[in-house]
Amino acid sequence: MSSAQSKTLSGHLLKDYLSSFSFILPAVAIFVGFYIIPFYEIFNLSLHDWNGISAGKTFVGLENFQELMGDVIWWRSMWNATYITLIALTFQNILAFALALACNRAIHFKGFYRLVFFLPPVLSEIVVGIIWRWILNSGVQGNENIGLLNYLLNAVGLHDLIHNWLSDPNTALTCIAVVHSWKGFGWGFIILLAGLQTIDRRLYEAAQVDGANSWSTFWNVTIPMMLPVIMVVVVLTILGSMQSFVLILSMVGQGLVYHTEVPVTRILSAMTVTQRYGYACAQGVMFGLILVMVSFIIKKLSDRMKQA
Amino acid sequence: MSGSPFFNKYRLWRWFKSGVVHVFLMTVTLTCLFPLFWMVRSSLMTQETVFVDKAIFPAVWHFQNYWVAWTEGHFGIYFLNSLVYTVFVVIGIVLISSLAAFAFSRLHFPGKNFFFYMFVAAMMIPLPGSFVPLVVLMNKYHLGNTRIGYILCMINVGLPLSILLLKTFFDKIPSDLEDAARIDGCSKLGIWRHIALPFARPAIAVIVIFSSLSVWNEYILAMLLLNDQSLMPLQRGVMYFAGSHSVDYPLLMASLTIAATPIVLIYLVIQKHIIRGLSSGAIVG
Repeated sequence: MSSAQSKTLSGHLLKDYLSSFSFILPAVAIFVGFYIIPFYEIFNLSLHDWNGISAGKTFVGLENFQELMGDVIWWRSMWNATYITLIALTFQNILAFALALACNRAIHFKGFYRLVFFLPPVLSEIVVGIIWRWILNSGVQGNENIGLLNYLLNAVGLHDLIHNWLSDPNTALTCIAVVHSWKGFGWGFIILLAGLQTIDRRLYEAAQVDGANSWSTFWNVTIPMMLPVIMVVVVLTILGSMQSFVLILSMVGQGLVYHTEVPVTRILSAMTVTQRYGYACAQGVMFGLILVMVSFIIKKLSDRMKQA
Repeated sequence: MSGSPFFNKYRLWRWFKSGVVHVFLMTVTLTCLFPLFWMVRSSLMTQETVFVDKAIFPAVWHFQNYWVAWTEGHFGIYFLNSLVYTVFVVIGIVLISSLAAFAFSRLHFPGKNFFFYMFVAAMMIPLPGSFVPLVVLMNKYHLGNTRIGYILCMINVGLPLSILLLKTFFDKIPSDLEDAARIDGCSKLGIWRHIALPFARPAIAVIVIFSSLSVWNEYILAMLLLNDQSLMPLQRGVMYFAGSHSVDYPLLMASLTIAATPIVLIYLVIQKHIIRGLSSGAIVG
């Protein structure tokens, strides 16, 4: 009797578990099929030599990684991504912070400014890239510069500055980094402004009572209170900028020149141009590990800063 | 009386300061808006005038570029595709992630934590180049170059964050409410439908907005997975157009305007929600 009861009880429980599990089943099924298996495959393929078509894959061990360590273009692309990231960290984030500070007060048109500054982030990288490619166009028709920037430089007499902005190796990457910052500063602006608005007014009042000027208030109240939010923006900027590449595709395309290559465009080229799927995956794994390491280091640094 | 000049000086200084701030903000505003204006302006010209005429407003407005892009440039098809992808992916993400988040938050079954942390871990680990094995698998599943394949991939992209966001919302549902519904004979599915979903409405709004943005603007998977013009969404169509013709700039600019307008209009209508969602999310994160 008691065994029969426990049997039906466990049957009930099992049914209950199964019906509960069915709630997560669609999510798990999609996740396994489109995330877990590709996750496994990227490691697996990175140990193989494969052209993406033939039935047989050749196991090559760590050869792809060995080749990658000596791949000059790969490390050059890593530096290019770092360069874009450094410009985003400094130029873009300082601009975002300055704008957030300017808007964090009783000021006219605050809503309007906020509306406009978040407009570039909602546009796609394709749209943004092609608009700027058009503005930076270095073509000439007759005596006229086709691109707006060169045309304006000519009009105001700065002939020396007229330039092949996107085909000159010396300026192409900087142009991309500036456009990347143009597209991205709105994110930092919104997040930093939200952070500024959570700082307790009384802290500022107390600083004022103590006779602090606005400069020392900024350094002793605003910056320490904002540190956690600033760290969020820094991490998002690094992870986002290091991996951004669609803007490069839309501004300069997947050229045969290497001065605008970043790791993800290298992965894309290895896959679609040279058809070395194993090598592409090895690059992905290596780049992923580097990003994990970087975010780990930043986490440690920010923990230490919080203690100080 | 003697305080009056001091007061004026103080006021002048304040005006000066707010003047400088506004000049700074206005300059940035102009650099944000001008490229968009230039896009629309260039889209109204012809291939002959666009290179030489640099007037702020073109003399003649050629609206027919939009018609040409829409029909001959296939942008009508691309637009429809983008719409279909966005609608289905967003519905998919909301349904699938709310079911899962509800189970993670309110139901009990073995392995619950394991599966939940699997989604959390996926958000933490950056996996650049994951599109390589994904495309290989899609072709193996015979889902390459199909609408359903692209939709499933994009649902997968949005799932982890939505599950996390919705779970934090569902965790706040008062147990009394749930118990009362259960006593009234509400099934698990009924509680999800009648209590959990309405409770999480603000979170669902945020998910709908940001998923729509990311699907509408997505490029790389659309490029790698969709080869037929009849399946391409707008971003892919724009690049296809930019790459395959000797570039007709006014037409290209018209196609960019077509790709950007819906998202800009929606942004203008619901910008308060976007900024609120982003602000609260950032402070929590």
